[in-house]
Amino acid sequence: MSARFRPGERVAVRRADPPGHMRTPWYCRGKTGVVERLCGEFGNPEALAYGLSGDPVRPLYRVRFSQRALWPDYRGRTEDTVEIEIYEHWLEPAQERPNV
Amino acid sequence: MSEPHNHGDHDHDHDHGHAHEHSPRSFQPDLEDQPQSDYQYLEIAIRELLTEKGLITPEGMRRAMEAMDARGTHLGAAMVARAWVDPAYKKRLLADGSAAARELGIEVGPMHLLVVENTPQVHNMIVCTLCSCYPRMVLGIPPLWYKSREYRSRAVREPRAVLAEFGTTLPEGVEVRVHDSTADMRYLVLPMRPAGTDGLSEAALAGLVTRDSMIGVALPEAPRKAAAE
Amino acid sequence: MRSHHDMGGQPAGPVDTAEHHNALWEKRVDAMMMLLSNGKPPLFTVDQVRRAIEGLPPDAYDRMAYYERWLFAIATVMKEKGVLTQDEIDERVKTVRARTGAA
Repeated sequence: MSARFRPGERVAVRRADPPGHMRTPWYCRGKTGVVERLCGEFGNPEALAYGLSGDPVRPLYRVRFSQRALWPDYRGRTEDTVEIEIYEHWLEPAQERPNV
Repeated sequence: MSEPHNHGDHDHDHDHGHAHEHSPRSFQPDLEDQPQSDYQYLEIAIRELLTEKGLITPEGMRRAMEAMDARGTHLGAAMVARAWVDPAYKKRLLADGSAAARELGIEVGPMHLLVVENTPQVHNMIVCTLCSCYPRMVLGIPPLWYKSREYRSRAVREPRAVLAEFGTTLPEGVEVRVHDSTADMRYLVLPMRPAGTDGLSEAALAGLVTRDSMIGVALPEAPRKAAAE
Repeated sequence: MRSHHDMGGQPAGPVDTAEHHNALWEKRVDAMMMLLSNGKPPLFTVDQVRRAIEGLPPDAYDRMAYYERWLFAIATVMKEKGVLTQDEIDERVKTVRARTGAA
């Protein structure tokens, strides 16, 4: 499996807004997190949703986000996190500066 | 009052409950199966049409319903209790939840189960903000609140406030880690073994593991003061 | 543009933590979903059902119960695949209503 990202690597979720079905939640678009693990390779739900094959399978990662990065006014602990499964085609290497 | 049903191309008189369409144990004709809403009529219509077209069968429906009825908290709890008493099983459980479930004879099908461990430093909580993905093969059908707008919206945004609504407060210094089940994985929380449970049998330990502790909105029950089983 | 179903982080009220039992008809919708999406070959995937649900207008999405949305989606996908037509469904609903003595 040729996965582009490795656990521990900082990644950003693309700020894309395509039409149709997708499984990348709005609240993490444009946010930066850290790859927690590679889950495996899976078909693309954006195509499966329309009865298409979903091929080629692509890497699916779990990405850990700091709550403070997701919500500017987050009131819980600084250490609180959210982990989200995100397909590789939604991720790009993070910029050098931390936390957009 | 007879249950509405389709006789297809045969005709016969009978007044027994239709066991081929549902579990007889759960059938309460007066309460349950007189259609009331438009959607209940639609369900009957769709089921009959799909049956006539050979896409589903009454036997298949019965088996699917019985199989889902048979799934519940006890399956996940068995996995948790085994992990509490057997460190090697716990390691396998955390590495591959589906394989670990199969080890205990639990049929999980194609589900990819990922088990996340609560520690003194980290408390895990599961949500599916986009719909209601849930580890059905090891916990059964999710509770209504799990599918609600309120839970799906707020669990990722203010998990501690949501936990408080379940009566759950965490000790100081614990990180809350929310898992949004957005894609192909399904999640189960491995709660921490409660204090005061040394010497309890595996079955007794499983009895302390609640559904809500495996979703992560609650902690497992404390052992009763009565003698261990 | 955020879709209505994509609700992570949106404001909402307190969680109603009460237990609810699923009615028999809801369990049948669940079973149909399992049979149709797990068959060999599957008639559709869960992605198609999700997409159909996500296409509901926001007020319908909010007003409909969970299994009502699933049933709507199963009907939608079956129609898309040409397995069922709306005429067939309407006819059968009429027949079922007449059979059960409802208006």
